[in-house]
Amino acid sequence: MQFIVQGYPAYAYTGGRAYQVREPAVVFIHGAAFDHSVWQWQSRYLAHHGFTVLAADLPGHGRSPGPVRKTIGATAQWVAALIESAGLERAAVVGHSMGSLVALETAIAFPQRVSRLALIGACAPMPVGDAFRAAAHDDSPAGFDMEAAWGHARAALLSGSPVPGASLHGASRALNGRAHAGVLYADLEACNGYQPSMDAIRALALPTLVVGARRDQMTPLKAGRALAAEIPGAKFVTLDAGHSMMSEAPRELLAALKEFLA
Amino acid sequence: MAHSGPHQPPKLPHPDTLAVHAGQSPDPATGARAVPIYQTASFVFPDADTAAALFNMELPGHVYSRLSNPTVAVLEERVAALEGGVGAIATASGQAALHLAITTLMGQGGHIVASASLYGGSHNLLTYTMPRFGVATTFVDSRDPDAWRRAIRPQTRLLFGESVGNPSVDVLDIPTVAAIASEHQLPLLVDATVTTPMLGRPLEQGAHLVMHSATKFLSGHGVVIGGVLVDGGRFDWVDAGKFPTLTEPYEGFHGMVFAEESTASAFLLRARREGLRDFGACMAPMTAFQVLQGIETLALRMPRHVASTAKVAEFLAGHESVARVHHPHLATHPDHALAARLYPRGCSAILSFELHGGRDAGRRFIDALTLFSHLANIGDAKSLVIHPATTTHFRMDDGALAAAGIGPGTVRLSIGLEHPDDLIEDLGRAIYASQKN
Repeated sequence: MQFIVQGYPAYAYTGGRAYQVREPAVVFIHGAAFDHSVWQWQSRYLAHHGFTVLAADLPGHGRSPGPVRKTIGATAQWVAALIESAGLERAAVVGHSMGSLVALETAIAFPQRVSRLALIGACAPMPVGDAFRAAAHDDSPAGFDMEAAWGHARAALLSGSPVPGASLHGASRALNGRAHAGVLYADLEACNGYQPSMDAIRALALPTLVVGARRDQMTPLKAGRALAAEIPGAKFVTLDAGHSMMSEAPRELLAALKEFLA
Repeated sequence: MAHSGPHQPPKLPHPDTLAVHAGQSPDPATGARAVPIYQTASFVFPDADTAAALFNMELPGHVYSRLSNPTVAVLEERVAALEGGVGAIATASGQAALHLAITTLMGQGGHIVASASLYGGSHNLLTYTMPRFGVATTFVDSRDPDAWRRAIRPQTRLLFGESVGNPSVDVLDIPTVAAIASEHQLPLLVDATVTTPMLGRPLEQGAHLVMHSATKFLSGHGVVIGGVLVDGGRFDWVDAGKFPTLTEPYEGFHGMVFAEESTASAFLLRARREGLRDFGACMAPMTAFQVLQGIETLALRMPRHVASTAKVAEFLAGHESVARVHHPHLATHPDHALAARLYPRGCSAILSFELHGGRDAGRRFIDALTLFSHLANIGDAKSLVIHPATTTHFRMDDGALAAAGIGPGTVRLSIGLEHPDDLIEDLGRAIYASQKN
């Protein structure tokens, strides 16, 4: 489904159902140099179980053209504009990794647009190491390897995938590799540069879920738990997975989201 | 956080390690370390909602072993990891893998450009069978880039070649052909049966799709028939604008648009949800187990296969009764330099040669061999021999045979794991016998 957001076409996957303006609605926000398809399972399930679903391709990612936003704040403005363009008053916003920062900032800056907040593989701030940023700067395959290796549990390449016949590492590298030149770097810089207002986080007044994973090498469990502790009333759920919980623990993540969104 | 410190690039496992572990966790139900053979047609649904969600692809998991099976999935994920792909589908045979690739990408009116130097079975499928279903193929000299370009038509949907041709042992210049494919927004499918991921990885060289006859080196012992199809996940089906099976709603699955559903795995999704479902050429769990057993030793076997082949090639090249030897290890082979570049660890345990004395000498030679088995296969632990013009390629006329690099007296060898000195002794004795009238 295509919308017009901030003057550019904006694509969002609607979970295999025709789009309807109705609530409850859920907006999914992907991580660095990925697209809507990382939410394949959760978005399709919820779309077939009573939710209006928009799994967005952020600007400059996937099927959404336009310049990649250089800051988390600018991307949050885009998400709020997407919710409005889609004809929705408000939506639950679910973000992963970089997308979790975008979701968090959307809830802070546009509270009237966000009904519920779910942060998957989150921590704030989210500094990014020099080696990773350097590889991303050069659009080197090493950057894609880092995202794949650190973006999954350490043993993921040497164990079975919950998705029969799929290589989670391979899918991660392919999605990164399909992104336009410079997108991974721009996204990592946006993560690295995001300085959240702890006062604003402590003032959040909406139902919030934070999901951390025991074997997360990107945003360690304790960092996610620390973020959840700052958000009033936030629920923290721990999964046995790496950073890419959507594919490493698809059923368990869906169960957590279903309970939270019910 | 882990990626915020002075971390060096992560060390990814070597292919040797992937071959033993990738795609498998110890069985969650029993702790079994070996891959369990899930010999079951179906899988119990815990509740009605889960059943509906599994059918509608809202949850990943197994429903019916024609679509997916836990044992087969280990093989698929292992080969995908070895090739560097986004995933794989195991099939009943290598032929089924090729058929699945073609039917996923095109229907009536579709066109393929293929190397003229192909396995006889693939040549049959493309020359005689696919045209009955409206899919035509133009065969080209695989060494001529302009021939590939000239053969591409508006209806072309696929370029296809073998990493190393069987039996002519010509080396496909994958980077060059892949660049031509990309220029025309077409995918290049490489049959990498002869090279295996231990000698070369076509996706890294620019190919978009890879297939194997797992019957050959992957399983390695001549005990099963199977195939695998791998997707590199990098081809842009949407931008190419000529693959409606992947980019337009499919009524056979609730109007699913595969390229929206999965950006990187659209091809495999359609192949599994249509081709595997409807044509049904799936791999049996027992077969997957046996192929996995073979793959666990692939990193040990391939160097031995190619080292022995080099010795045999040198022996034959120096023999006065041998007219010609075709193997890229030899400096006389037209692909010698290309093979050294693309396959520095060696590229083939297949070689072919021509004896003085033509067809009759070839017949006497084969009958005099004692260690080599005369049969239609390659990639066994045992050394194999065949006369292609009268067996695997007997349907081809002389022109097509010549285009495939096969003469009336060409003999093909697949070098196994016996001691190379024993193989050379057997060959020397049989060559001597072949020259007696």
